[in-house]
Amino acid sequence: MRVAELLTAAFLMGLSVYFMIHATALPIGWQQGAGPGGGAFPFWLSVMMLVAAGGIFLRQVVGLLADRGSRRPFISRSALRQVLIVVGSLLTAIALIHLVGAYVAIPLFLVFYLRAMGPVGWRQTALLALVTPVIVFFFFEVTLKILLPKGITEPLFIPLYALFF
Amino acid sequence: MEILQHLADGFALSLLPLNLGVLLLGVTVGLFIGAMPGLGSVNGVAILLPITFLVPPASAIIFLAAIYYGAMYGGAISSILLGIPGASTAVATTFDGRPMAQKGQAGLALIAAAVGSFVGGTVSVVLFTLFAAPLADVALAFGPAEEFALVLLAFTTFLALGGDDVFKTVLMILLGLVLSTVGLDLISGQPRLIFGDLPGFYSGISFLVLAIGVYGIGEILWTIEQTQHKPQVMPARIRFSELLAGFRALGTSLKAMASGSLLGYFVGMLPAAGATPASLMAYGVAKSTSRKPEQFGKGAVEGVVAPETANNAASTGSLLPMLTLGIPGSPTTALLLGGMVMWGLMPGPMLFIEQPEFVWGLISSLYTANFFAVAINLALIPLFVWSLRIPLPVLSALVLVLCIVGGFTPNQKMHDVWLIAGFGIAGYLLRKLDYPLAPLVLALVLGPLMEKSLRQALIAAQGDVTTFVERPISATFIAIALLLFLLPLIRKLRRHLLPGRAAASSQSSA
Repeated sequence: MRVAELLTAAFLMGLSVYFMIHATALPIGWQQGAGPGGGAFPFWLSVMMLVAAGGIFLRQVVGLLADRGSRRPFISRSALRQVLIVVGSLLTAIALIHLVGAYVAIPLFLVFYLRAMGPVGWRQTALLALVTPVIVFFFFEVTLKILLPKGITEPLFIPLYALFF
Repeated sequence: MEILQHLADGFALSLLPLNLGVLLLGVTVGLFIGAMPGLGSVNGVAILLPITFLVPPASAIIFLAAIYYGAMYGGAISSILLGIPGASTAVATTFDGRPMAQKGQAGLALIAAAVGSFVGGTVSVVLFTLFAAPLADVALAFGPAEEFALVLLAFTTFLALGGDDVFKTVLMILLGLVLSTVGLDLISGQPRLIFGDLPGFYSGISFLVLAIGVYGIGEILWTIEQTQHKPQVMPARIRFSELLAGFRALGTSLKAMASGSLLGYFVGMLPAAGATPASLMAYGVAKSTSRKPEQFGKGAVEGVVAPETANNAASTGSLLPMLTLGIPGSPTTALLLGGMVMWGLMPGPMLFIEQPEFVWGLISSLYTANFFAVAINLALIPLFVWSLRIPLPVLSALVLVLCIVGGFTPNQKMHDVWLIAGFGIAGYLLRKLDYPLAPLVLALVLGPLMEKSLRQALIAAQGDVTTFVERPISATFIAIALLLFLLPLIRKLRRHLLPGRAAASSQSSA
């Protein structure tokens, strides 16, 4: 827990420094008669962010030296496994959308996720994996006219477009 | 009388078939979302906002407000039947709702919760109707200086009342504000903080991306981690005799309803407070003013009624500052505000002048939503009981798919989807370390207004900072903000000065 606290505070400190550097692309100073420049708002807020994150970091260090603070593990082993499955399959699914399109990635995601996460039977899994993309297609593409990315499967959809538009 | 006329005009809009239809749908969906353990109004609104592009803006807002309302009712269902709050706003309902269910009085508890919610909702909507127009009139006099001071005031309420670690709260507010500056500078039009020139960041970070990330994906991760075992569903049947007994038992909880409504409404208006603390406070008040306080925690009807009244009243209360001042009173209303801005309906006093039909249509829809929520709630209880049995893997998989597709919809960029995943994971990690997320979302929504009003005020005053303290209203806001900012410090000092209590604080060394 302490390590996680320290890492997060350090990361946020780094982030504020990064913001500060990039905010200087626009004037951060006081422009005579017009108030602060375009970069001032993000810059000075990032400075305050650095101070706040630094405060949290220091407090953790002080707690560490005095050997206070929580020794509780950040996350239990079984929960970590499940959280990693969710994160992993989610990121893979999004990456797959670029490659093979939403209508292949979403069923693959559903099949993997439902089988890996819990006692969901094959029949129910198959049903969800087939019905969900159909609903998504009719709701988003046909009704809302929003085309989801299809990657290399784009040609397969041309007859469908011809049918519905 | 003028108000009644406005309200009648409002009903003319909100009772149109389309609007009534989306309202019914919204209330029902909201009830389901509220009943699902882990998902509450804020998650429902975040995840479903993209699908509202289907209908015109006014109907979309009515739909989202109906979800908000329904979710407040629905939260009680899993609190009572599972003993797990359906949303954080229904935590206090578990205290007496679960014991009642274990005594075999689940039906009575559900009726009490529904009726309490209805009373709280109705009282607060009436108060809302009375206060909205006068408050908007006052707010008309606000210039940029007052707007800036008001936003500042909203943020400082988190420090004084939020109850979270002060450093972490400040950090989250600042992070939200900095993220809101990503994109093109409002005044000079130049790009800034675009992360090495990624084109996706030119249009800024949409509140929706952060909200879907944090409240969709982040919430699912959180729920999956928290629920490692399967809870047991209590059986509930509603017989007609129970319905009558329920209404009779409620006669004894009139006091709890009255205090719950008022507390909920006024606490709900504060950005940092909202429905969860309001319901806890109402529970405390009901317990201390009850004639039988020893019954509380063992299944007292008043213990269910009080928090449910308060959380519904709070949800209406938090709409008041959002609609009249443009300052949301809760994370859910922050999302409604973001949605309204996206559709070109800028909340604030001008909305009452420019779009009166919309404003009063929305207000009148709250009356209708409240009525239908209680009716649908009582009629469909068996369905909600069944919905509690949907396995978490199925529910979470569908929510994740909806997050991906819904996140892509508004801007049609995969960039947003990646960002949603990133915010989801980051939000989950931050939440695990007790960083409050509501101020982050609120800051991202209010950031553009804050910067714009600050710079406009300074340009108008030719760079003279004293403009903020020379204008009386702005000076008052800043003084209160300063007081709220110093409050945690004063509290800490008092703890140090009073010996014996200092030991209670383990983090005072910083």
